[in-house]
Amino acid sequence: MTSLLTRNETLVAVVIVLFCILAAVSDPNFLTVTTLSDLLRASIVLGIFAIGAMLVLISGGIDVSFTAVAVSAMYMTTKFSLAFWPEMPWYLIFTLSVLLGAGLGAINGLFIAGFGLPTLIVTLGTLSVFRGFLLTFVGSDRISALPPDMREFSRMVIARGTTEGGDFYNLPWSLAALVVVVGLTAFILHKTMLGRSIFAIGGSVESARRIGINVRQTQFFVYVYVGALAGLAGILHGSMNRMADPFSLVGLELSVIAAVVLGGARLIGGYGTITGTLLGVALIVLVQNSLIVIGIPSTWQSVTIGALILLGTGLPAYQAKRAAARAG
Amino acid sequence: MGSPDSAVLVEMTGVTKRYAGVTALDRVDFAVRPGEAVCLAGENGSGKSTLIKILSGVEQPSEGAIRIGGEQMRGLNPRRAASAGVMVIFQDFSLFPNLSVAENIAFASELAEHRRFFNRRAARETARKVLDRIGVDIPLDARLEQLPVAHKQLVAICRALACEARLIIMDEPTTALTEREVRRLLGIIRLLKDEGVAVVFVSHKLAEVLEVSEKVVVLRNGRKVAEGPATEFNASSLTRHMTGREVAEASPGPFNGAGETLLTVEKLDKPGAFRNVSFEMRRGEVLGITGLLGSGRTSLAKALFGLVAPASGRITLDGADVPLGDPVAAAHARIGYVPEDRLTEGLFLTQSILRNVAVGRLDSHERRGFLDMTGLVGEAADWLARLKVKTPSIAAPVTSLSGGNQQRVALARWLSRAPKLLILNGPSVGVDVGSKAEIHDIIRDLGAQGLGVIVISDDLPELLATCHRILVMRGGEMVDEIEGGSITEDDLSHKLAS
Repeated sequence: MTSLLTRNETLVAVVIVLFCILAAVSDPNFLTVTTLSDLLRASIVLGIFAIGAMLVLISGGIDVSFTAVAVSAMYMTTKFSLAFWPEMPWYLIFTLSVLLGAGLGAINGLFIAGFGLPTLIVTLGTLSVFRGFLLTFVGSDRISALPPDMREFSRMVIARGTTEGGDFYNLPWSLAALVVVVGLTAFILHKTMLGRSIFAIGGSVESARRIGINVRQTQFFVYVYVGALAGLAGILHGSMNRMADPFSLVGLELSVIAAVVLGGARLIGGYGTITGTLLGVALIVLVQNSLIVIGIPSTWQSVTIGALILLGTGLPAYQAKRAAARAG
Repeated sequence: MGSPDSAVLVEMTGVTKRYAGVTALDRVDFAVRPGEAVCLAGENGSGKSTLIKILSGVEQPSEGAIRIGGEQMRGLNPRRAASAGVMVIFQDFSLFPNLSVAENIAFASELAEHRRFFNRRAARETARKVLDRIGVDIPLDARLEQLPVAHKQLVAICRALACEARLIIMDEPTTALTEREVRRLLGIIRLLKDEGVAVVFVSHKLAEVLEVSEKVVVLRNGRKVAEGPATEFNASSLTRHMTGREVAEASPGPFNGAGETLLTVEKLDKPGAFRNVSFEMRRGEVLGITGLLGSGRTSLAKALFGLVAPASGRITLDGADVPLGDPVAAAHARIGYVPEDRLTEGLFLTQSILRNVAVGRLDSHERRGFLDMTGLVGEAADWLARLKVKTPSIAAPVTSLSGGNQQRVALARWLSRAPKLLILNGPSVGVDVGSKAEIHDIIRDLGAQGLGVIVISDDLPELLATCHRILVMRGGEMVDEIEGGSITEDDLSHKLAS
């Protein structure tokens, strides 16, 4: 039986708690609603990306193109809206971006599921192609005059205010998007045969084929779904930053995959949990935003994240190896 | 024959399969009744895999008809075969290491029902029922990867049963099992037969499953060469039919005993493995060491090559001390060791055949820090030819070879280093009958050439066919020493167990 101690989730949770204790000790202002709401806001886009990346890892593949999909879907949607329908309501803007993302994901799916090409090669290629296409043919200007409804959405809040202690907080509706994505993905993964098939092909493609799982269809779904999530994350990013920047997002993909791997998903496929992934995201966001609070210069960010990955994935792997050696 | 017989579950008539001009199956008739167990025997390349692929719908026959449950099956595909109740359990089991036992058992049947949604409780229920049916207790929520091999096989059987299997085809079912696990498997097979489930064993190692089988069918070169009640077959008649010749094992030539002493082992001791082991052997002698599992024979073999460090004792080769527990020193003293588990210990499976041989000789072909490739490759190719390794290309990976030929590659590597003493642990494990006899020929030859050869094995006919002298171990001690020509298989087996 897997002991609780050898699970990545536990390890990551412990590190998060330790980090928070350290931060609270060095800065009494750390444990406030303001910090929490700031960290939550910073987790939205990363979190949606991570859920998608986790799904791909579970299916036994890897996707590094989702940031390019996100930025392309966001920028094209913005351009389209500004050119043809500036008063486009926000929910249609979001739908369009999600559909564009799904369409770009389908291109990945075509190469991977249709032609059976290696996932890393395909998505490395599409990462460059999508972004290059965007900057060359769609545009390379930063647009801060967004369609009014997109700006409006970023102002819609679930709750905002000031606590009695004078801490300002603000929870945007975009947080609901993360909640919906988590709920939907959890449902697909655990309650549908499609979700179980994703786990199955990650465990063994050959076995999946032999018991009659439609491997191609399942893989195709995975890449389209990840594309759609990327489209959503992209438009949320644009809306929350009040700017459509075609140079943003790309470059984040490794941090996202780092968060997912920290959360216990394995690169060989078949393993990954939503809880673990969200914890991994939380840890990465903490490190990126609050490292300075515990007295570590922010230039140490990437060293810290790297060390956490080595520790967080290395320790359970080492323990598993020891256990296997004892059993054999 | 011609009229459909309702009591026949599966009937193949005149099935022929040709691949690009090669006839893999030639007008084979094959029938299985409900509740019947059939042994399908044949060497590698005999056509038994092709027959299974056709029966499970993976391949289409070039000619011939298949009936399942009296119904003519045209254009059979895996899905239709499965829904007709024909299930194959492959040697690798085709399970999902990352999923729970319950899900592994229930997945295929849920897919067959075209379900869209997954219900964990229903899956557990399905799994529990099937496990109860065969009277096995495996934790439903355990991850499959945590189970031992024997349990994985049971999970695969349960998955077939969950899909309402009427015929279960098992590919090499006993290869990875211990004696006791085989017993349990046979018990379960009997249970299934009582319920009317038919079983086909596909194997080249059939002695173990003969006792639960009704019928034996032997294929050779794509033709059915023998068929009859299982009671009419035994290990040696099976071998005869499979190879098509009397594989009368030659016995080792007489050992004149005149050679000089090659190896002396004195009071070798390792607590928990073996005690106070002493023996001597001469040049040109083939020495067998046998004993049941756990008798210490494998530890002793490893200790001779330094892979296991004895607590005390002394090994002398040609008058010089061999340091204990140091495989590099042992190799340097020109002792060679071919392990039992070639696949994980002995060979680089994905590397080419040539490289696998050449890797043992890198040191000797060094010229001022660079490799003399011509010399290295030439020597390796020469050894492969001398051992008659059958391969279209020595650049092909070792995985492309049959078990017998893989064993020859392992031998070639050691022989190219000109050893004085060669230790062979289970030299014919996983090798088919015909190749086995040829490997025995090679072993006898090596002895005749003046090498010392130690054969560690529990395959008694193998020992009798190759060894001049046999040492018997029991509970870690040398308990007996037997002259090769002076004993029958039955007597030897008695000495092992008593």
